Amino acid sequence: MSARSEILHRVRAALDGVTGHQGTLPPVAREYRRTGEHAPGSPGAIDLLVDRLEDYKAHVHRVETDEAVTALVGEVLASHFATLDAETGDAARSVVVPAGLATHWVDGLPSGTTVLTDSREAPMTALELDEVDAVVTAARVAIADTGTIVLDGAEDQGRRAITLVPDVHVCVVRTDQVVDSVPEGVAILAEHPDRPQTWISGPSATSDIELSRVEGVHGPRTLHVIIVQA
Amino acid sequence: MSTFLGMPSLAAPGASRRGPAADQTGADRTRVGDDVPHPDAPLRWGETFPDAARAALNNSQLRRNLAHATSTIRAKRAAVVGEVPDWEELRTAGSDLKVRVMADLPALLEEFEKNFTARGGIIHWARDAAEANRIVADLVKATGETEVVKVKSMATQEIGLNEALAAEGIAAFETDLAELIVQLADDMPSHILVPAIHRNRSEIREIFLERMEHTPEGMTDAPRELAMAARAHLRRKFLAAKVAISGANFAVASTGTLTVVESEGNGRMCLTLPETLITVMGIEKLVPTFEDLEVFMQLLPRSSTGERMNPYTSLWTGVTPGDGPQNVHLVLLDNGRTNALADDVGRAALKCIRCSACLNVCPVYERVGGHAYGSVYPGPIGAILTPQLTGSTGHSDPNNTLPFASTLCGACYEVCPVKIDIPSLLVHLRARTVEEDKARHRPTAWGAAMKAASFVMADSTRFATAEKGTAALRLLAGKKKRVTSLPYPGSLWTGARDIPAPPKETFRQWWASTHDDSPTTPEDAS
Repeated sequence: MSARSEILHRVRAALDGVTGHQGTLPPVAREYRRTGEHAPGSPGAIDLLVDRLEDYKAHVHRVETDEAVTALVGEVLASHFATLDAETGDAARSVVVPAGLATHWVDGLPSGTTVLTDSREAPMTALELDEVDAVVTAARVAIADTGTIVLDGAEDQGRRAITLVPDVHVCVVRTDQVVDSVPEGVAILAEHPDRPQTWISGPSATSDIELSRVEGVHGPRTLHVIIVQA
Repeated sequence: MSTFLGMPSLAAPGASRRGPAADQTGADRTRVGDDVPHPDAPLRWGETFPDAARAALNNSQLRRNLAHATSTIRAKRAAVVGEVPDWEELRTAGSDLKVRVMADLPALLEEFEKNFTARGGIIHWARDAAEANRIVADLVKATGETEVVKVKSMATQEIGLNEALAAEGIAAFETDLAELIVQLADDMPSHILVPAIHRNRSEIREIFLERMEHTPEGMTDAPRELAMAARAHLRRKFLAAKVAISGANFAVASTGTLTVVESEGNGRMCLTLPETLITVMGIEKLVPTFEDLEVFMQLLPRSSTGERMNPYTSLWTGVTPGDGPQNVHLVLLDNGRTNALADDVGRAALKCIRCSACLNVCPVYERVGGHAYGSVYPGPIGAILTPQLTGSTGHSDPNNTLPFASTLCGACYEVCPVKIDIPSLLVHLRARTVEEDKARHRPTAWGAAMKAASFVMADSTRFATAEKGTAALRLLAGKKKRVTSLPYPGSLWTGARDIPAPPKETFRQWWASTHDDSPTTPEDAS
């Protein structure tokens, strides 16, 4: 007997006589909240998201217009590059963006910054990405209650590797993408369950040493979230 | 190598054999324990729980480290669970869902297989640890690689995958910080979530200085500096890795999606950058639908690390062309799970989502640490899961002692996010052990004591006589009012606990002295 048939046989034998086997169990009690206190995109939801993200030591910025996103992306990265220059000496700086990102968001970068475009058709290697200083992406949904931003690999969010290897991630979230609760977020993600998803709640962190939290391990050590009014 | 920094104090105290290299570092750390060779069986290390616990209790450093760590995480968990108004409803849904998964397991496994395969994933089935290790080793060999990176995974710990791969000439590098610490120290994990919980920062610094290449000069024991040293050490591995091995937290039957929940980004590195990804997962990890993640992704992070959400969660469904590994494998593992499934009470242990909240609240775990349980699954959940996965090899099987490693205080049940009634399962498994002994016609101390008690209590004169004997105990107890040691067979009790001094007079004596006109014994009065 193949391992597959044998395991399935063992499972069936183990369940022989189980009440409710074959789908006759009572329905799962879903008495928990399916929606949060705040409506999607409402000021209450945004405030909650900001509070949670700051608790994780993410840098949160709020802007009203699309033009302001461009300015802010430039400002945030200029400041980061200045810190890098001070630490490791002047160098040419580069930023990677997914092919489907609104290109004008990176129009305000410091002069001399190289903007690289990555896509599934023309992917950068891990070693190439390791030379890149920062990544700018959009997001699929943000869950305020838990301070979670989810990327699902759509064209404005890109391949998983680009938001992983560079040390700084600037993520632009529209207010109408912000939901209050986990169930509301999962409902949106369930529209495309086959897409590779990355749920991000703050910069990478570890609590493995005496359970004290240290932000910044293997993933991007700095996370900027720009929330723009939809 | 193995004479340095082993498992904490499973050997007799004072028998410490610290390696010369450890002494050269000149740090003023306290003894971190004695080396014990890696066990051959990750679910049965050899000693009974009482023997291992007695040894562990002599290690005061271990107790300090654990008390600090578990009290920290208990407070964090309580705070983030307290802010969820529908926590109990979520627990109920989580429990219901897992009950349903067990009941419908054959259909859900086939549904998952169909969906995962349709998206380019390849499924392998493994009856036991040896078969799973064989499959993984062959898959790695087929790539021509001799090094793999690993995401922390209980399933691969359970099957002893790293050792099996090493025997085939394949080096597996653990990339979770705590697993890295354990692997570098040639140690064994002592906690499901934080395998190096028994180590404090100065011990970890020593392990890094001794065992890790390119540690920065002047590295202190600040957690941040230690984490940065690990980042630098592992980054080269990640960027070059061609094969990764992971476990999985959840598998969605309706979509064929796998999920890994993590913090550091080492998981994302392993799940994203290599060309080949091999995941090993127990067959009980399924959830029926994608929407069910809304329950478990609220329950798990708050219960495990005490965070509203863990920093990173990755979901993948088979192969995504151009994004992530293009060769995606999944090994579905039985390894005793169907044994547990066949026990209609014990089955509940398979609801476990490996959050480890029960370890952090357990008064027994907090004092003896994880190694005393002799299994990669320690603590209350380990005490009900391990003996069911392995089955009993007979009366002297050390795993038979695990269900007794509890005071049945119930704290584990209260915090369990999927409402596993661990105390009831412990009692059930205790009864099973006793029944098995009975079936073998083996007299037990417990059976003998019960027989004696039944003889004494069946007759009021005998009972009255026995009660008089308690006066002697009172004398023995002395001023402390506790009896701390008795000769055999009383030592079976006092070896582990004290007996409080009996009261000055027995109930019958009190009754007689306060009820002049009543019959001499209460039962006669009825």
